[in-house]
Amino acid sequence: MADAHAATHDSHGHGEHHDENHHVLPFWRQWIFSTDHKVIGLQYGLSGLSFLFFGFLLMMVMRWQIAHPGEAVPFFGALLQKTFGVAAFSNDALGRMGMLTQDGYNSFGAMHGTIMVFFGIVPAAFAAFGNYVVPLQIGAPDMTFPRINMASFWCFFISCVFMMVSFFVPGGSAKSGWTSYPPLSGIADSIAADPNFPWDHFFNGQTLWITGMVFNITASLLGSVNFIATIIQLRAPGMTWMRLPFFVWAQFITAFLLLLAFPPLEAAGVMHLMDRAFGSSFFMPTGLVVNGQLADWAGGGSPILWQHLFWFLAHPEVYVLILPGIGIVAEVIACNTRKPLYGYKAMVGAIFVLAFLSFIVWAHHMYMTGMGAKVSAFFQTTTIMISVPSVILLTALLLSLWGGSIRFTTPMLFATAFLPQFGIGGLTGIPLAFNAVDLYLHDTYYVIAHFHYVVAPGTIFALFAGIYHWYPKITGRLMNDMLGKLHFWGSVIFINGLFLPMFLQGMAGVHRRWYDGGATYEQISKKVVFGHTSLEWNNVSSFCAFALGAVQLIFIWNLFTSWRAGRKVGRNPWECTTLDWDTPTPPPHGNFDKELRVYRGPYEYSVPGADKDFTPQTEPPPSAEPKAVPEPALVK
Amino acid sequence: MQIPHEVQARPDTGLYNAKLGIWLFLASEVMLFGGLFSAFIFLRLGADDGYWPHGLLNVPIGTFNTAILILSSVTVIRAWVALKMRRYAEYKKWMGLTIICGAAFLIIKLTLEWPPKFAHFGAILRKDKMAEYEKHLGNEHMKAKGLAPRNEISGHLEAVEFTFAGTDIAGVKIYADKKGCMVEDAPAHGEHAAPAAGHAAKADHGKLYKFESKTHGAGFWPSVAEGLERIKGVKLVAFEVKPDPVNEDPLNEENEKPHFWPKKPNHDAAPILIKAEDVHHWSAFVPKHSTYLSTYFMITGLHGAHVLGGVLVFCFLWGPGARLYKKNPEHLANRVEVAGLFWHFVDLVWIFVFPLFYLL
Repeated sequence: MADAHAATHDSHGHGEHHDENHHVLPFWRQWIFSTDHKVIGLQYGLSGLSFLFFGFLLMMVMRWQIAHPGEAVPFFGALLQKTFGVAAFSNDALGRMGMLTQDGYNSFGAMHGTIMVFFGIVPAAFAAFGNYVVPLQIGAPDMTFPRINMASFWCFFISCVFMMVSFFVPGGSAKSGWTSYPPLSGIADSIAADPNFPWDHFFNGQTLWITGMVFNITASLLGSVNFIATIIQLRAPGMTWMRLPFFVWAQFITAFLLLLAFPPLEAAGVMHLMDRAFGSSFFMPTGLVVNGQLADWAGGGSPILWQHLFWFLAHPEVYVLILPGIGIVAEVIACNTRKPLYGYKAMVGAIFVLAFLSFIVWAHHMYMTGMGAKVSAFFQTTTIMISVPSVILLTALLLSLWGGSIRFTTPMLFATAFLPQFGIGGLTGIPLAFNAVDLYLHDTYYVIAHFHYVVAPGTIFALFAGIYHWYPKITGRLMNDMLGKLHFWGSVIFINGLFLPMFLQGMAGVHRRWYDGGATYEQISKKVVFGHTSLEWNNVSSFCAFALGAVQLIFIWNLFTSWRAGRKVGRNPWECTTLDWDTPTPPPHGNFDKELRVYRGPYEYSVPGADKDFTPQTEPPPSAEPKAVPEPALVK
Repeated sequence: MQIPHEVQARPDTGLYNAKLGIWLFLASEVMLFGGLFSAFIFLRLGADDGYWPHGLLNVPIGTFNTAILILSSVTVIRAWVALKMRRYAEYKKWMGLTIICGAAFLIIKLTLEWPPKFAHFGAILRKDKMAEYEKHLGNEHMKAKGLAPRNEISGHLEAVEFTFAGTDIAGVKIYADKKGCMVEDAPAHGEHAAPAAGHAAKADHGKLYKFESKTHGAGFWPSVAEGLERIKGVKLVAFEVKPDPVNEDPLNEENEKPHFWPKKPNHDAAPILIKAEDVHHWSAFVPKHSTYLSTYFMITGLHGAHVLGGVLVFCFLWGPGARLYKKNPEHLANRVEVAGLFWHFVDLVWIFVFPLFYLL
């Protein structure tokens, strides 16, 4: 009795306290150190998008070098050389500033991968959309642990600082690829310029990279705990598991993947840090020779250990990248086809299977380590098995289009384009699952094309769909439709122009890390595919990359101008059924302005006999008994 | 705005938020330590014969720490029970005991366990030179008994001999002074029974100096020798080591298996002279010594960080955080329960650490 009383008293006092705060929150509490899931979502979203664009810029510089080896970058060369310094750029043969050096190429390659995966897509697709949309869709006032949510973002922010600073330390940023395979990553940059200054161990690109990753992983862990707890604990009354929108399911599973797959990489990151800072030899083999001298490591470590720990994360990470995308596409497709998702339950089952299997396929990235026939047979089998749930997902989404009266809005265009492009990415992965084929295709442009089709025309298209879809909820205004469609058609043409030739190049044997874009290789083997040598295809790809970059400027323009100039809309401009469209626009602190009760599934579109073609989840079922007082007819 | 289920459990899940949160967090912790233990297994299985030390750690101290940690898991439960029964004074008592146990664990770790390792010297010999040190390794004997060979001479670093190619030895002397050591000309090694360092010096055509502690026989930490080696022009030639029992008396069968009570080193043991060129790798017993010590320091270090985190949280719940009792005792009980769950996990990790590192 006593504690019940105390509890009530507390919640009362607590509530008052919050209400008082609600009106007087200073700017920095409302927009910077905010605990509101929507603000944190926006913070994550803007940083994620900025990093996506930055990673894209790095890639464009590399594409220039590949297409025009040894030539200075036009227009921006001097600026680049002044910004990144001599570690990454030098004068070319004609004396022009801004030629990407070999070290610069490696460094940009490593940072492109790292930034796109861990600082672009995960923050944007998982953290941003998850934070903004999930509590709205399940009918929660906020995340379960708002302060941990804020800690997650600021942890992420610290990791961003580490990554960005690493570009400007002596020697430049990390150069060992986004996978950071030791022993290369163990010895890279480790020779201190001044032996009496031990901090050199810390202020070099590779060490900053690892430190940044450890913070990034911590941020993801904090986020994922919050997501799972929120989805389990804070569903509105009546929001049963099978009434959850598919997007919530996708985020739920993604959070589990992050929660369980990231810690081993955190462990590996700490080990790596010890190898570099304290000279331990977790990943340093016995008898390592560097520059013709026996390296001063005790040895006994194993580079393969890093690969295992890294890919134990990085394979589930692939699904972390794609599942939120599939979730977004599912929402957009259901809303724009005006019919329920085809096979909702099968899709939910499929992502469970997908998540489980994703933990036992990691070694298919490691066929080249000579793991032996039995182990590789196991991983080949599981890898083929995991294509089954992926195909279920894709098929269900494809069949959802069938017989719908599709509204080709901008988000829907991106969502529809997602399907075949993700399909190409997925199907080209199947040959890579087989050891025999992989030995040939490993580390070629074929692999590059394969996974970029999954994440770029796949996930990033889904992200665009999501942004166009939820923008009116966030700002209360629509993004410009004309510019959106221009953005879509430009993107879809050039992104395919960018990646399709890479399949051809890869099958012709062009390796993914060549600094000269294959010029040396071409002197040995002049493979002609579709009338062009593999080197000539570089030009096509690179041209499309630059054009793709230009098209994104339309999007950026649209994103910022629509904030003020877009057409104003009400609560539910797309006429969706889910709870996120049942809040005021934009949603206030605490989200909902009414008592919530969920009565039906997430996708009740075009229900026969209903008065409109969508039935919100909060709409009570028509009572069997006639009401005592007849309601007045709605005034149209 | 109030987040639902902060204190009272949600009826259909039966959990309040923080309890679910901590279980999820612990799931990720399982994966973290799982990754570390997997690394331990991976490196252990990949280690060459004889390159994975046994009986290196102090088992009585480890046992004592294990007991303390298990005891603290009991006291934290009692603290929670006391809160559930609304006995505040009892809660303070049990929580205080828990804090004392956790702090004792950390203090023992940081005074009795880690520092002796920083002071200990080990030189892993090159495989082709091991025969020259047979007297100190006893590998013929080990081979006859079917045991893994020894590859290391360990003990207390008494002195190092070095040649100096730089212009002014004064800089080295200043360094030595700073470390409580001195530099003098090395004596001739005629009477030394061990492989004489004189050979090395002759081959090197340099003057031989000796670096040792000002207090005769006190020795110094291997990290001091590392600092010496970093000075430009200094080239280490030989190490003078007061050996551990195993190298002092390699044929003694008592040294073949680990002991519960560690054997005391003999202070009168004759120092062994090890040529630097015969050494594959030398260091203190720190992470860079071997993969065994790398994993030891990483796992116990990370575990220690968890203990420290737990103790800090308990201190908060015992001190300023305990004021919540007046407002909402159930909320405080929940907090203690959640912190206690974390504490049990930390305890559980130690239950794996102890046999893996101390007993295996």
